[in-house]
Amino acid sequence: MAEIVIRNLRKEFGDFTAVQSSSFKIEDGEFFMLLGPSGCGKTTTLRMIAGLELPTDGEIYIDGEEVGRQPASKRDIAFVFQMFALYPHMNVRKNISYPLVSQGMPKHQVQEKVAEVAQILGITKILDRPVGGLSGGDRQRVALGRAIVRDPKAFMMDEPLGALDAEFREHMAEELRALHDRMGATTVYVTHDQLEAMQMGDKIVVMNHGVIEQFGTPQDIYDKPATMFVADFIGSPSMNFLRFHGQVLAGSTSVSIHHDEISVPRLQEPFEGDMVFGIRPEHIALTDTGTYRGEVLAAEYLGTTQIVTLKTANGELKARIPSGQPVRVGEYVGLDFNGATVTLFDNQSGRALKSELNEGVLAHV
Amino acid sequence: MSSYSITEPSSRQKWVAGSLVIFYAVITLLPLVWILTTGFKSPVDAIAYPPKVMFEPSLEGYVNLFTTRTRVSQEQLEALPPPATWYEEIVRNRDMVIAGPSRYGERFLNSVIIGFGSTFLSVFLGTLAAYAFSRFKVPLKDDLLFFILSTRMMPPIAVAIPIFLMFRTLGLSDTHLGMILLYTAVNISLAVWLLKGFIDEIPREYEEAALIDGYTRFQAFYKVVLPQAATGIASTAIFCLIFSWNEYAFAVLLTSGTAQTAPPFIPTIIGVGGQDWPAVAAGATLFLVPVMVFTILLRKHLLRGITFGAVRK
Repeated sequence: MAEIVIRNLRKEFGDFTAVQSSSFKIEDGEFFMLLGPSGCGKTTTLRMIAGLELPTDGEIYIDGEEVGRQPASKRDIAFVFQMFALYPHMNVRKNISYPLVSQGMPKHQVQEKVAEVAQILGITKILDRPVGGLSGGDRQRVALGRAIVRDPKAFMMDEPLGALDAEFREHMAEELRALHDRMGATTVYVTHDQLEAMQMGDKIVVMNHGVIEQFGTPQDIYDKPATMFVADFIGSPSMNFLRFHGQVLAGSTSVSIHHDEISVPRLQEPFEGDMVFGIRPEHIALTDTGTYRGEVLAAEYLGTTQIVTLKTANGELKARIPSGQPVRVGEYVGLDFNGATVTLFDNQSGRALKSELNEGVLAHV
Repeated sequence: MSSYSITEPSSRQKWVAGSLVIFYAVITLLPLVWILTTGFKSPVDAIAYPPKVMFEPSLEGYVNLFTTRTRVSQEQLEALPPPATWYEEIVRNRDMVIAGPSRYGERFLNSVIIGFGSTFLSVFLGTLAAYAFSRFKVPLKDDLLFFILSTRMMPPIAVAIPIFLMFRTLGLSDTHLGMILLYTAVNISLAVWLLKGFIDEIPREYEEAALIDGYTRFQAFYKVVLPQAATGIASTAIFCLIFSWNEYAFAVLLTSGTAQTAPPFIPTIIGVGGQDWPAVAAGATLFLVPVMVFTILLRKHLLRGITFGAVRK
């Protein structure tokens, strides 16, 4: 097992920059998520770590050794592909034993290892079946088997659940996380699904347009987004943005939006201009006493909670409130914001303003 | 509920479709049947008019194909000891004796060496080139591919004279090597293009998985890509073989002795003592066999190969 350090990693395809000078560190044994929309450079980053792409610039350290220019076969890592990439002309047993055969492991030892891995993954019964007829889940297990059979330094997974049915995905996600906890192997996992990333990851890197937007634990990324992109990308519904023009000073604890003073975490930098007031739907309450008001446009019932869409002077927002609370479309209600959870952004650059809330987190970037 | 379905053809449609296929098959197979039967006719039956559908089969054509014969007088014939073999008997019935074996065997062997040799070389080089074009960043890739294809934009025989002069200068005229190189040069553009299509269809992930599993690029190509491309390689091989096996014009022009293939040889049989159609037909029949066997062996691949890539999986 190994820690992986990425330093100033960059990748250009002709004129297109897929990854711009990225740096982060993956601790030994961590389940690490690379999260972002398609085309953000997450898969390219993963492929560079694996040795399937050569970086244009920068370094990759696996276990302290710089491997950026080494071929994939020398890096001792395993890769699970989105489409599984099982060798179609071999049966399950051959697929799993293939990486061992390349190392020249004696036959009986290969058999033992394959049997052991099959046991762990519960695929002993299908070992002699051709891979063509397997279900999605079984293919996924075989792909995992091929990855873990070698005890590699680290696992790279490129949206391994992307090809599965929604129903089965959840189950496999649990299985995958359990497998990771059992083996304690460093895992780098690429996904565009923020729920998957939050659910499984120890740490998350959020990427967009080849740039790392934020790097941290799921809680930090959810509660203390470093940019508007992260705030918008993570969470469903995503963070509400109220746009306003104003001025804040270092030390301010409230902002003035549409003639209302709304409290925010103590700011640590001054700012003047177009700002965005960011708040998660669950931190908005509907009260009669609230002075900032909005008109109810719609309410979606979700069982334990409901999502209420409101129209305010600074734009639309969504609130997540208990489903028992009566709401009528068309009525005007007062809004109460939980000030401690608010993040202010610079509207132009999308960057979060430093405050009491996020001071430790922004330093990571 | 009736069993009527809009996707399943009705029995009448099936009957019509079946009849059309059979009709087409008959039209296609008739010349082959003609050649096959003529090979077993006597010279008189072969040119009988109206043509004889029923006839007494004879092996004379095949005997004539493989032998050279000399006409002898009745007295000489009677002086000879009785014929030792069935084929001597057939020859003697025509007042002739066997002078020796014909050249057909050698020519046939030449065809095998040149046909299969150039097929192997075309497919081998074509696979490597197609893999490179499919997987690597080759400078001027599109131009190169177009250039390769452009060699097929005129009939190869259009460059017969330059090739003839070139072969003469290089000492390649009437050599096996020369013919193999020539047919390879003609076939390779087809091979590269066909195989590139097949290899493009194989997901890169298979090789990448092999690279990560500790194999070198060449091992990944050899152990993972090649088995996947077997279908494409088989159908490409058939197309290449059919071309070089049947090629006539260059063979006439560039070979005369040592490396002459069967196609230019077969027509020369006519001239050996009258118009010996049964012998010509026998030569053509036997000449068909290797391509037929090769195609039947690879038939499963060929069928998949032709439709492969037509539908995105």
